[in-house]
Amino acid sequence: MSINKKIIPMPLRYIINAVLFGAFLYIMNHIISSGIISKYYSGVISLIGIYIILAVSLNVATGYLGQLPLGHAGFMVIGAYTSAIIMKSVAAGSTGVAFPFALLAGGILAGVFGLIIGIPALRLRGDYLAILTLGFGEIIRVILLNIDNVLGFTLTNGAAGLQKIPKTTTFLITFICVGITIFAIHTLMKSRHGRAILSIRENEIAAEACGINTTYYKTLGFVVSAFFAGIAGGLFAGYIGILSPSDFGFMKSIEILVMVVLGGMGSMIGSVLSATVLTALPELLRSFERYRMVVYSLILVIVMIFKPSGLFGTYDFSLNSLLDKLILLFKGKRKNGQKNNEIKEGAEK
Amino acid sequence: MSKPKREPVKLVPVPSVNIIPERDVDKTPILEVSHLGIDFGGLTAVDDFNMAIGRTEIAGLIGPNGAGKTTVFNLLTKVYHPTRGTIMLDGRDTGGMNTIQVNKMGIARTFQNIRLFKDLTVLDNVLIGLHNEMDYHLGGAILRFPAYWKAERIAKQRALELLSIFDMQDMAGNLAGSLPYGAQRRLEIVRALGTNPALLLLDEPAAGMNPSETSELMENIQKIRDTFQIAIMLIEHDMNLVMGICEGICVLNYGKVIAKGTAEEIQDNPKVIEAYLGKKKEEN
Amino acid sequence: MNMSLIISQLINGLQSGSVYALIALGYSMVYGIIMLLNFAHGDIIMVGAYVAWLAMVNFALNPILAIILAIAACVLLGVVIEKVAYTPLRSSPRISLLITAIGVSFLLQNLAQLVFGAGSQRVPAMISGPSLTIAGQYVSFTAMITIVISVVSMLLLTLLVQKSKMGKAMRAVSEDMGAAQLMGISVNRTISFTFAVGSALAGIGSVLYCCAYPQASPTMGSMLGIKAFIAAVLGGIGSIPGAMIGGFCIGLAEAIISAVGLSVWKDGVVFAILIIVLVFKPTGILGKTMTEKV
Repeated sequence: MSINKKIIPMPLRYIINAVLFGAFLYIMNHIISSGIISKYYSGVISLIGIYIILAVSLNVATGYLGQLPLGHAGFMVIGAYTSAIIMKSVAAGSTGVAFPFALLAGGILAGVFGLIIGIPALRLRGDYLAILTLGFGEIIRVILLNIDNVLGFTLTNGAAGLQKIPKTTTFLITFICVGITIFAIHTLMKSRHGRAILSIRENEIAAEACGINTTYYKTLGFVVSAFFAGIAGGLFAGYIGILSPSDFGFMKSIEILVMVVLGGMGSMIGSVLSATVLTALPELLRSFERYRMVVYSLILVIVMIFKPSGLFGTYDFSLNSLLDKLILLFKGKRKNGQKNNEIKEGAEK
Repeated sequence: MSKPKREPVKLVPVPSVNIIPERDVDKTPILEVSHLGIDFGGLTAVDDFNMAIGRTEIAGLIGPNGAGKTTVFNLLTKVYHPTRGTIMLDGRDTGGMNTIQVNKMGIARTFQNIRLFKDLTVLDNVLIGLHNEMDYHLGGAILRFPAYWKAERIAKQRALELLSIFDMQDMAGNLAGSLPYGAQRRLEIVRALGTNPALLLLDEPAAGMNPSETSELMENIQKIRDTFQIAIMLIEHDMNLVMGICEGICVLNYGKVIAKGTAEEIQDNPKVIEAYLGKKKEEN
Repeated sequence: MNMSLIISQLINGLQSGSVYALIALGYSMVYGIIMLLNFAHGDIIMVGAYVAWLAMVNFALNPILAIILAIAACVLLGVVIEKVAYTPLRSSPRISLLITAIGVSFLLQNLAQLVFGAGSQRVPAMISGPSLTIAGQYVSFTAMITIVISVVSMLLLTLLVQKSKMGKAMRAVSEDMGAAQLMGISVNRTISFTFAVGSALAGIGSVLYCCAYPQASPTMGSMLGIKAFIAAVLGGIGSIPGAMIGGFCIGLAEAIISAVGLSVWKDGVVFAILIIVLVFKPTGILGKTMTEKV
């Protein structure tokens, strides 16, 4: 197998993707704002975007780094509360401007917590890490419930939770965040830093022997994962309008894990598609709601027993590679004899 | 983690270090190990291990199974921290360092039980070896700064060059785990070379290879030494390989050095014969 | 706070600690043998509680029969889970096995919710007897019986593991599965047996738990299970006395926190204990270190 089949040159590949994504945003935004699809369905689409970010970010820690954190909802709730508290304190007129900053603040705080929990957790082997992050998620929940008693003023509002959070999450801002998340994680993973993260999943001892600072890269993977979960949390707060700690328990972490596992640990496209389907399905089939968690748990068991690599394995979709193949096929049909030369030429570019 | 306690080095000349080749004589040896030892609980796995390797020497470490050969490699690469003794690399003490720091200083290794990044491509395996040879930072990677493109292009070229030592450049896109056994061993060597070592440790590089593959490997090991001008230390059970290419050989038994010298000296050493074949029964 | 209140809290702590210890043993044994954190273990307890409830309320069976049925159901469930969900994955990466265990745990919880509803059911008293007054201190019968039964179970288990042929097989398999197989030990049977014993202890734990908190609910097993696992980690995973020490420590810690009026922080503190143990002594109080061979 040759490694170099890129026919479309590199800068153009990014431009093609950017243009197509921009067109998708423009068309969808137009459809939603002109009221062609109902407000309910446009809400579902935003929710899909939020879950895409959650699944793709968990995939960094699970699929790429090879760890099993069970506290992803914990990072999400930190982002959600941070963003919600900021948004509730800004003037009604400027919520639109403040929202991106609130999201960023939520992401950063979640990332900081990722660092705090990651440094001790990542020294441990797989299942200990799982239980420790699970514990972390629960501690966050307990803190959110009781912190007001300690502080003496209302910050998280205990079990009642936060209400009347400005509903600033729109289709556009959600999917811009989706785009940024996917781009950043993709470019990270296709770099020396990303390869270092993958090497830890593959064989930690060999990674160290290659001079890779495994502690640093484990923590990095963990922090990146937490950061984007925090962003998704902020979007969720602006989407739903009310937050209570009980919505972000262990169950939520598992829901996100199901998406990653079903799509295939280590596959970005897998996470995106399974997040889309698993978010849309219960919203579209209301009667499904009753059986949702039963089906989710069955998915986990059945996928692991029969197809542990998930639906997509570690396959990653690339539009440009597809175009490359189409171009090759087309050229190949025209001048079959020269096909090999064409490949070689492509390789030299 | 606390620094391992090391006993002060005794100021006595190290008895019979390995043979340092003529061309390295006036330089500091790349590796000087003195009085190295490690205990696991009550068991002494390696004791009073002394050795020196010249800058372009190929040295062999042999001995029966369980003699402590791989343990020596693990000590040199700081997978285990020594209980006693010092390891000097290029005149610098590696005490208190970890695997990563020692690798950055110039020790690279392969593993007895192959440890490749199986689900990644051959090229990615070598690129991971080249990790510290690239220097663009995280932001530059995510935002795709020009530094990223430049470093990646150079690294990829370098990786393909390294693969071409073993004529493996055409397999660059294959998954490492899908390679045949011999190719996996060769890929581990290439990956180790990627880290730009001064000393390459090979743990049974010929294990599982057929005779023609082994003789090809022998040529390649010498080729690597000559092109990269590095020292190579290898553990091997294939005596043809060891006797054929090693300039100095060290024989280990029960964690202790029982003989050192050239191939000829080792072959005739009664202690070595005894270690491998057992003691001749005294008659009468 | 007076002395008798402190002592009664300590007894409460020992009582819940005994239950944790019994459950912790199941985690510890399974972890010792197939290196799996059996997430479903806590939910086996939940099933045990529902079986006891069904037997006593719906079928009006006598308490002894209900107890036997509950324990039998736990054993059966434990072995079935092992055969159906874990055996096919024995050679898979650990992460797959762990995800499967989480899946099984959730499946049990959600099935219970579907069948019995989300609310909790009251389990009638299964064990009753005269309460005691020792040195002026009131001790309930259930607290006493709980502590006694768990200590006796632990001693029996130690005997089983140390003296019996099956116990020897269990130790061999947990040391080296391949070598044990070559020595003619049936690995499958040994692992199933381990799950059976662990689940039986969970069944006993379930009955004793219902004596203290007479309720069955779909999610009762998850927090109980996690705390028991923390007890196992604290005591040192793979160690029988360790599980007991860990269980008592967690039980007492909870009792003390409740006694000083911080019961809302109870779960948080237990997890904090876990984090501290994992960071400073990951092998627990009595555990042994395991290193990967290079």
